[in-house]
Amino acid sequence: MQAKPVTLKVLDIVSIVLLGVSAYLALVFAPTELVMGDVQRVFYFHIGTAWTALLGFILAAVFSIVYLIKKDLKWDRLQVAAIEVSLVFFFITIVLGSIWARPAWNTWWTWDPRLTTAAVTELIYIAYFMLRQGIDDPDRRARFGAVYALVGGISAPITFFAIRLFRTIHPVVIGGSNAEAEGSFAMTADMRVAFFFALFAFTVLFIDLFWNRIRLGDLQEKVEQLKLKVTM
Amino acid sequence: MANNVNQATEKPMTADRGLRSSAKSQPKGNFFKAVSAVVWKDLQAEFRSRELFSAMLVFSLLIILIFNFALELDIKTRQSVTAGVLWATFAFAGTLGLNRSMAIEKDRGCLDGLLLAPVDRSAIYFGKVISNLVFMLIVEIIVLPIYSVLYNINLFQPGLLLVILLGSIGYVAVGTLLAAMSVQTRTRDILLPILLFPVVIPVLLAAVKASEGFLTGADFPEILLPINLLIAYDIIFTAVAFMVFDNVVEE
Repeated sequence: MQAKPVTLKVLDIVSIVLLGVSAYLALVFAPTELVMGDVQRVFYFHIGTAWTALLGFILAAVFSIVYLIKKDLKWDRLQVAAIEVSLVFFFITIVLGSIWARPAWNTWWTWDPRLTTAAVTELIYIAYFMLRQGIDDPDRRARFGAVYALVGGISAPITFFAIRLFRTIHPVVIGGSNAEAEGSFAMTADMRVAFFFALFAFTVLFIDLFWNRIRLGDLQEKVEQLKLKVTM
Repeated sequence: MANNVNQATEKPMTADRGLRSSAKSQPKGNFFKAVSAVVWKDLQAEFRSRELFSAMLVFSLLIILIFNFALELDIKTRQSVTAGVLWATFAFAGTLGLNRSMAIEKDRGCLDGLLLAPVDRSAIYFGKVISNLVFMLIVEIIVLPIYSVLYNINLFQPGLLLVILLGSIGYVAVGTLLAAMSVQTRTRDILLPILLFPVVIPVLLAAVKASEGFLTGADFPEILLPINLLIAYDIIFTAVAFMVFDNVVEE
């Protein structure tokens, strides 16, 4: 049995502490938004999880290219880890967004580009795991997984731009404003502190979970090899 | 059965001929020969059995029938939903064809024969894409007049036909790649639509929007945007599939 690396243990604790501080900043420290009220506080975690999930999906696409070139199963394990963590984070993003949208847009869900792309992206990566489940040979599983992650990773942004042909009501908080957006707001200095801290905290949490998942993948691999040795 | 075996053994011979003719022109000439050999094999097998084609056609007509009841296609709704109904029909019928066309390769050991041929693997991919595209276009060409007669809408507009061609290319380019993967899994028959639909959403979206534009007589600049998107999608995914297809059929 391989002991858990000390750095990883420290990172576990650090990410829990950061998440706690971030929750405090978002729920208590940041001022209440004037129009939307307390429900706006969801936004800090919504962006935090969304950003890390997207980071993970982009990483996964990069890992799949590297795997297809190098054919080393290590990259496959990295890819699975990134997609699995991101899938959960993105699901949390969608749920938090819905909670916010109910009072802000007066509906849980609308077929806006971002929301639709988010739903499609979740479905792509769920399909990714269904594909992997149907294959026994690890090499073939890795190859097919990499191909599908690459195709999905290219298709998701195209879906986003395709739906953008229609207009959007999703607010753009950073970089540009959208006149038709509903529920946008300007951030005060305190809000900014909570916002960037949430981004930081979720990034650290993502790295921690990602690392743990990679370690799990490595251990699984080892178990498989030991099983093979026993049966032989 | 005998026909398939014959086809599989025929390929290395054509490849050999290419090798002998000249070393320099070999890759190009050989490549097109291999592609057309795969296409020809598929078309010939299909014209003899007509399994895939008849299944796709009857299935499409049934889907249109179901839409008729599901949507109450009266004159008013018809205007707005025709493009959607057509593309939903093509998408569902398309998965049927893609699945079958790859499954017969796998079942009868034909794929191994193809892979043994000393030609570029992407020639097999392009051959399959072209034959799948032909099947899909034939089905579409038959569905269109039937739909026109049933619902009294003229669907034979050059613009709409162009959209259908572009949309089918994108759909088949991705579909053939994913079908080649899904037939090699345990859950083969149910997996293809699950893998395919989320990644072809841009095609369906742009195709529906462009078709709707042509059917309602919208301004051309408005239609140009989705058409450009279709062209971009076709190019990107044909290129990606061309590059990764090796990984999908590798043993």
